[in-house]
Order: sequence, then C-alpha cells, then structure tokens
Amino acid sequence: MNKKITYSLNYRKPKNEYSSDDELTVCVRYYQKLDNGKNKVVKKSTGIKCKLKDWDSDWHKADNRHPIKASDSDYLEKNRILKNKSVDLHSLIKDRNVSKNISPLNSKVPKGPLDLKWSTHKNNVRLVSPANKRNIDIIVVGTGLAGGSACATLAEQGYNVKAFCFQDSSRRAHSIAAQGGINAAKNYQGDGDSVYRLFYDTIKGGDYRSREANVHRLAEVSSSIIDQCVAQGVPFAREYGGLLDNRSFGGVLVSRTFYAKGQTGQQLLLGAYSAMNRQVARGKIQMNTRHEMMDIVIVDGKARGIITRNLITGEIEKHSAHAVVLASGGYGNLFYLSTNAMGSNVSAAWKVHKKGALFANPSFTQIHPTCIPVSGDYQSKLTLMSESLRNDGRIWVPKKIEDAKKIRNGELRPVDLNENDRDYYLERRYPAFGNLVPRDVASRAAKERCDAGYGVNKTGEAVFLDFSSAIIRYGKEKALVKGLDIEDFELVKSLGKGVIKAKYGNLFQMYEKIVDENPYETPMMIYPAVHYTMGGLWVDYNLMTTIPGCYAIGEANFSDHGANRLGASALMQGLADGYFVLPNTINDYLADDIKTGPISSDSPEFNIAKNRIEEKINKIMTNKGSKSVDYFHKILGKIIWNNCGMSRNKKDLNSAIKEIQKLRKEFYKSVKVTGDQFSFNESLAKALRVADFLELGELFAVDALSRNESCGGHFREEYQTKEGEALRNDDDYRFVSAWEYNENIEQSKLHREHLDFESVELKNRSYK
Amino acid sequence: MKLFLKIWRQKNNQAKGKIVDYEIDEISPDMSFLEMMDVLNEKIIEEDGDPVAFDHDCREGICGSCSMFINGEPHGPDKLITTCQLHMRRFKDGDTIYIEPFRAKAFPIIKDLVVDRSAFDRIQQSGGFISINTSGNTLDANTIPIEKEYADKAFDAATCIGCGACVASCKNSSAMLFVSAKVSQFSLLPQGRVEATDRVINMVNQMDEEGFGNCTNTGACHVECPKGISLDYIAKLNREYVKANLKK
Repeated sequence: MNKKITYSLNYRKPKNEYSSDDELTVCVRYYQKLDNGKNKVVKKSTGIKCKLKDWDSDWHKADNRHPIKASDSDYLEKNRILKNKSVDLHSLIKDRNVSKNISPLNSKVPKGPLDLKWSTHKNNVRLVSPANKRNIDIIVVGTGLAGGSACATLAEQGYNVKAFCFQDSSRRAHSIAAQGGINAAKNYQGDGDSVYRLFYDTIKGGDYRSREANVHRLAEVSSSIIDQCVAQGVPFAREYGGLLDNRSFGGVLVSRTFYAKGQTGQQLLLGAYSAMNRQVARGKIQMNTRHEMMDIVIVDGKARGIITRNLITGEIEKHSAHAVVLASGGYGNLFYLSTNAMGSNVSAAWKVHKKGALFANPSFTQIHPTCIPVSGDYQSKLTLMSESLRNDGRIWVPKKIEDAKKIRNGELRPVDLNENDRDYYLERRYPAFGNLVPRDVASRAAKERCDAGYGVNKTGEAVFLDFSSAIIRYGKEKALVKGLDIEDFELVKSLGKGVIKAKYGNLFQMYEKIVDENPYETPMMIYPAVHYTMGGLWVDYNLMTTIPGCYAIGEANFSDHGANRLGASALMQGLADGYFVLPNTINDYLADDIKTGPISSDSPEFNIAKNRIEEKINKIMTNKGSKSVDYFHKILGKIIWNNCGMSRNKKDLNSAIKEIQKLRKEFYKSVKVTGDQFSFNESLAKALRVADFLELGELFAVDALSRNESCGGHFREEYQTKEGEALRNDDDYRFVSAWEYNENIEQSKLHREHLDFESVELKNRSYK
Repeated sequence: MKLFLKIWRQKNNQAKGKIVDYEIDEISPDMSFLEMMDVLNEKIIEEDGDPVAFDHDCREGICGSCSMFINGEPHGPDKLITTCQLHMRRFKDGDTIYIEPFRAKAFPIIKDLVVDRSAFDRIQQSGGFISINTSGNTLDANTIPIEKEYADKAFDAATCIGCGACVASCKNSSAMLFVSAKVSQFSLLPQGRVEATDRVINMVNQMDEEGFGNCTNTGACHVECPKGISLDYIAKLNREYVKANLKK
C-alpha cells in the first residue's frame, strides 16, 4: 500500500511517564510513498483529547477503525470527528490541482451552534443606512422567484435596483411553470414537522452533498415565506375551515407542502411580480425587459456592471452598479430536451464563471421521474407532470414481459390488466416511501424497468402512473360524507373523478392536450426528463461567488440541494434567497461602498467588454455556415443525455468530452444565423446561448468523470450496490467540486470545499 | 400533412406588414403548433431567409408568452389552451392557416407576430399589488382564515397568464377581463380589501391611458381566454369601481 492514514497520540515525554488517566491529543498522520521512493508524511493535530486508558492501540484491526474505546463517555462523537478529519486530510493532499490562493474555499459559515448561526450572523453583519442606500445601485439579472423577490426587497430597503430579464415581462420567468408546491416547516398538520426535520430531510435528500449551515437557514426562513406570500395575497389552497391546506411530496413522511392547485409557481411568481411592480411604480426598480446579459464587468477586482443585448434593437448596452446579483436560473436546456422554458440558458452564469467565479458540481442534475414521454424527433421540449401526482397516482409496469409487448403494440389496454399482473415496482422496492421516494430514486427505477424491456409506449420508454385506486378511494369517502350509496360503482367513480379534478385539474388537462388520451379513464404514461440543476455558481454563506460583489441566488447557485433536490424545495429556496437571505448579507459587502459614488460605465473595462461582445456577434453573423443553431443544440443534447444522463460511466464520459470538443469546433465553422443583427432575431440569441452550452457541456462531463462515487442524481455505474442502489463514498468525495475556468475546459482546475456535518450523522440514504 | 400558411410578416414597428404565403410538408399530427413553426423556420433558415419571429417560452401554457391569432382566433380554434398547447391534430391535410399577431392599439407590433404587451405591466404597476414589505415579521399565515369559496374564487381570477387574448379577441380591444381578474383577486381577499378603493380607480385609469377600448359586454374575451376567466369578474370590477367612486 503506498498511502495510508493513521491515528496516534501526541506523546510529549516517554510513554512510561504517563498514568492511565492522563489525557493526550490525538493526531492524524498521512503517509504516501512517492514515485522517487521517498515517504511523504503529513501530521495534523485534531484537537480531540483521549485518556490513555480509553485509547485502543489496535484500532486498525477493528472494522470501524475507531481509536477511542467505548469507556470514554463521548467516544461516538470523538470517533466521528476523527474520521472526518482524516478524510479531510486525505482528499486535501491527494488533489494536486488545488490552487493555493483560493483553496481551501472559505465558505464563511459563521461559528456557533447550527440553529443560532443565521440569527447571530444577521446580528453581526454591517448595515447600510437608508440615506446611503439611496446612493447605491444593484443589478439583478433574472426576475423569477429568486430575482423578483430580491428586486422587490432590495428596492423596499432603499437601494436602486436595475432589473433585467430576456422575457417580454418579468412575470414570465420560468418559475411560473412550477406546479406542485412550496415546503415550509409550519407543522400546521401536527404531524411532527419542525425546522430540524425539514433541514434533515433536505440534507438527506441531497445525499449529504450540500452545506449544512445553508440548508438549516433555508429551513429556518421557510415559515416566513408562507406568511409573506399570504400577506401579499397569494391564493394558496385552503380547507373548508378557512385555514391553509398541505400535501406531501417525495422523500418525506410529513405533509408540509403548501400549494395553489398545480400552479403554485405561477401564484408565487405573481406575488413577487406584484411586489416588484409596487417598487417600479415608486421608481426604485428600473425594469429592463427583453434584455439579455452578455457579460459581467469587473473593475479593480469587483463586479461593477454588466453588458446586455437589447433583444428588440440588437444594441449592446453597458450598465453599471455597485453589485451584481445573478438570478438567472438553471441550465437544464443543455440537454436540449428538458422541462425548462425554451429561453432558459446558462449564459449569464457561464460568463461570470469565465471571469473568475467557480462553478460548483455542474453535473448534479435532477432528472424528474414524471414527465410526458418523448414522442418524436421534432419535439422541442418536455412537459412535467407534477410530483404531487405521486400522492395519489401509483406507478407500475406489467409483471410479464409478454404483456408489456402487447401493450406496446396496442393489443392490450392497461385497464384490462388485472392487479396481479401489475408490478408496482416502487411500492415493491421501497415499501416505506412507496411512490413517494425522492426523484432520483424514482427516475432510476423507471429506467431500470424500461431497460429490462417492460416499457409501455411505442418507444419502450414509459411507465404508467395510475389514478384508478385514488379515484375509488376518494369517491367512497365523498359518497359517505354525502350519505350516498358506496356500492354504486359508477357513482363512486364519478365522485372520485371530481375530487381528482379539483386537485390536479390543470395537469390532467395539460396531459390530455399533449397526448390526446383521457387520464381519468386510462393511466398516464410518464418517463423521466431533465428538470432542474442542483449545480451552479459556487457561493459562500453570504451567497457571494468568488468574484467580490457578484452574488448568485436561486437555481443559479449550488448551495442548498446537494446531489438531489427534494420536491417543492426549489420555490422555497428561490424565495428564501431573494426575500430573506440576500437582502441581509449584501449589506455587509455594500457597507464598503457608501462613499464610492456612482460607477461610471465609460471605463476601459466596460468598453473592452462591449467590444468583445460586438466582435463575437459579428463573427457569428458573418459566418458562412450551413447548419442552423438547433442542429447543434440537438446533437449536444443527445451527447449529454446518452452519456451523462441518468447513469454515467467512465468510458461514456470520456467519449462525451471528445465529442463535445469536436462539436464546438464544428459549431464555429459551420453555424448559420440569418436575419438582421439589429432587429429582433431569435436565432442569433439562441446561437449565443448554445455557444455557452457547448462549453458548459464539457465541464459537465469532466465533473461527472472526476466524481468516482454515486450520490443523488449522479449515478456512476461503477459505484453501485448489489441491489443497484447508489454507492456513496464519503471518505473520498465528501466535498463540493468547484471548478476554476480554463480555456482548455478539460484542464479546469478543481477546488474542493470539504463538507463538515456537525448535526447529522452521515447515513446510507435508504427509503426502503 | 401538407399545409398552406399565410403569415403576417412585418420587419419592425415602422415598416408596413403583409401576409406572406408558405407551404409546409411532412407535418405530424402529434406536433404542437409551435413545433410546426420551428420546422418552418428551419426551412426558412436553410433558404437564407429571415425566420418568422414569434413569442414563446415555457411551451406548457403558463408563461403567457405565445400570442398568435390563428384563423381569426387568439390561440387558435381549441378552447382553454394557449397556442403552445395547440396540436396539429386539430388541423387537416391541405388546410390553409392564417397566422397573425394579436392586434390592438395598445399592443404595438415589434416584428412579425411579436407584439409589445408592456401596457399590461404598467396597469399592474398602477395598483396590482398589496403594499406590504418583506420584514419576515408578518402575521402567521393562519391568523387570517379565508372562506374556501372566496379563496377559490380569488385563485380562479389569479390564474390569468397575462397573454392578452382577451384584448385581441375584443372588437373594442378592451382589457377589462385582464384588469378585472387582478382587481377581483385582491378584492376577494381580506388582505387586499385595505387598498381596494385606490387600486380599482388607479388600474382603470391606467387602462384607459394605455388606449384600451371600452367594454360592451360582448363576452368574446371569456370565450377565448385560455384560462377561462369568467365574465363575472368584469361585473365584480364594475361594482368595485362604482363603489370606489362613491367613496371618493
């Protein structure tokens, strides 16, 4: 073995001079045999003390490798800390790419007990007086839940906000399409929910790859979000008593999700939009719609503005401010087919990355289990069917492969298959959580069944989501309440359909319009699709990227969801960041800017950035190519989906990297954009976005390749248990991968943020 | 399917527009209407032409971006859906389809099928909100019980996606259905009652200033509304407006 880690006691005098009650400090030692034959040794004190009599010198012979015996009253905790320390040391030394100036990354998590960190931090950050706020400008890019709520709150506080979105109105950001709901630890249902449980579920759901302090803060402010939204007039669903109703989502055992039918995102976004409108009317927000961010401008090491393209006139504009907030959403459109809106893109985040912000966990992608399956090559996007449907829908495929074949050929209808011939595979594999397992687990299980030949549509890539038993269950309940005959099957069925309609009406209608089948009568067909990206710009506890003055909030950052996001948490995080977190933390940074005065946009930095963009656009417009932008985007999407999708392996990832490099070269050689550069030109806007996807795609594969474990949505085929469950490797990979840009993307430098868990024990994530 | 398209092309706000004919083949009935437009645009790009500009984003009927006037109806022949949810199975082989922008004085054309609907934003800015700051110390959400009936009605009004089909379908280009939806949502909730008087007056004034026409209760807006916003809300708006003026 050419490297190993050992524990030892730090003797300061000969061993025989100690008594068994003496306390000594434990050290971790790391040995590595180098290629030149020499030994490299690193020794670190751990700060953990142990009495001689409690020390197990044969610790390396035991399975758990615990050096402190059970006779020590605190042995579990001490052994746990020691284990963490050794892992930290191990990965720190192993990585030769770690840059000395940035790493170890400073997450700036405040000291103190977990549940007091946020309140202590709020009390300690510097404030900016209202008079000074009037002289400070903040740019916010993106007006979805995170951006919209941040704009509104920052403007309320008195800052001058310059908001940008590429849509024709800030109300159309893609947060609007979120369906199912928003989590909050209100415990209105009295089912034992608490801030701690929401925190714990989110950490566990994220497969222990998120930052503990951020997640706890998220859980803490969740409850205020609901209060704020209700005060704003958001019409959440209510019970007959007039109080708010809740439902349940995947990966949890309580009902903590607030909702407004299947349009929760819309209602929350319209709430944030109305709060923004109030500030636009007061002149505190300058709203720039149909503007797309092209680059960030850094002056003297600080983010001081952005370059935008006016999507109507094609004009390249310079905008300055004291700080820049990115709320530009996720990059699921990398896959071409996703549930994201057509315009959702990575460009703003990628441009910031190229200017020095680290990009964290790019390959952590959420593949959502319940989407309408792909039907043909012309398809432009996929449609999600909310996870809330798994509250009442049961997922199944036929038990016998012959039946699956018959269903595919149209010889057998799903309703004709009796209960015994159906395989409710989620209920079978995960009895505790059943159909409500987290998204990554449900997606992989669907893929497993379809790969095994049990798929139920023409392409063999679909499973059933069946509401028939819920319809009967609700129908009987309703009949009882109304005093009607519960034996009358038709009556019960129609009452049940009514209940389902009231709960999910708009989703059923959406399904029917797309698929042309009635989901009240025959089960829905669903298949996993790309939905959300947990990865994003690396931010510290204050939500600031590694560029001073540049913040990232909402889906654009990486911090809260680890390797898998739980349902109804995206809306929670977007609004938490925008309403409650950023407006507190940004003051601390801006307190230095009270005497700066207005930032000029005429400095060389702005002009150079503007010229570069103009050159790039000219180059694309004058390219004598022959292939449309979509041609390249579709190929890129296929490469990513086939090689870096629901399951990944070394060979495929390596080939994806090469293929993307080739495709990128071809793009610049033969892309063709017609029309006028100085008018509304969607192909040009798309070309600029796809150019960035072609770079991100490579980093995405590089990141997936470097993580030799399976965790959450990142499933490496090489790392799985015998039952096919994800096999995490906490010893070597309990860190956030934060990548530093390099022109040769394959050579991007990896920085690691080690994740310490003080309040939760790292466990195998089991939903069985 | 083979289709004959007649599409409104207009270079910019100043230029004169006209209907241009296109022929398109091999359209699958499972395609969405916008996917058919994508196929057309790919073809136009191949022939070095300027693709047809149209607004679209979420393609699942909720963002309210898409805004085509298809065969004389906003969002096409189907009811309760937006253009992006319209599928080609609704048409027959050999059909001729007219595609035009939403037309109204208050919605100036930007290019081809893209119109400027910022008038809607300005109406909302004039009063479509509840004046409450983000303090984190508002009342607990359950301290204000709201009768389910009113909560549901407020929700139904709030589902408006701001697409502008009501204006495009109205012979007077009136925005009453849009304005009534927001006014009603808030006036049905106790939180929104506090500012109800000013809100309705300001929003109606702004609507008039933007150049939207008057309401003559024709009801086309309700028929074409992809979210089925009810005419009852216009009645509610009128009631609120009269009440507010009496109070003032």
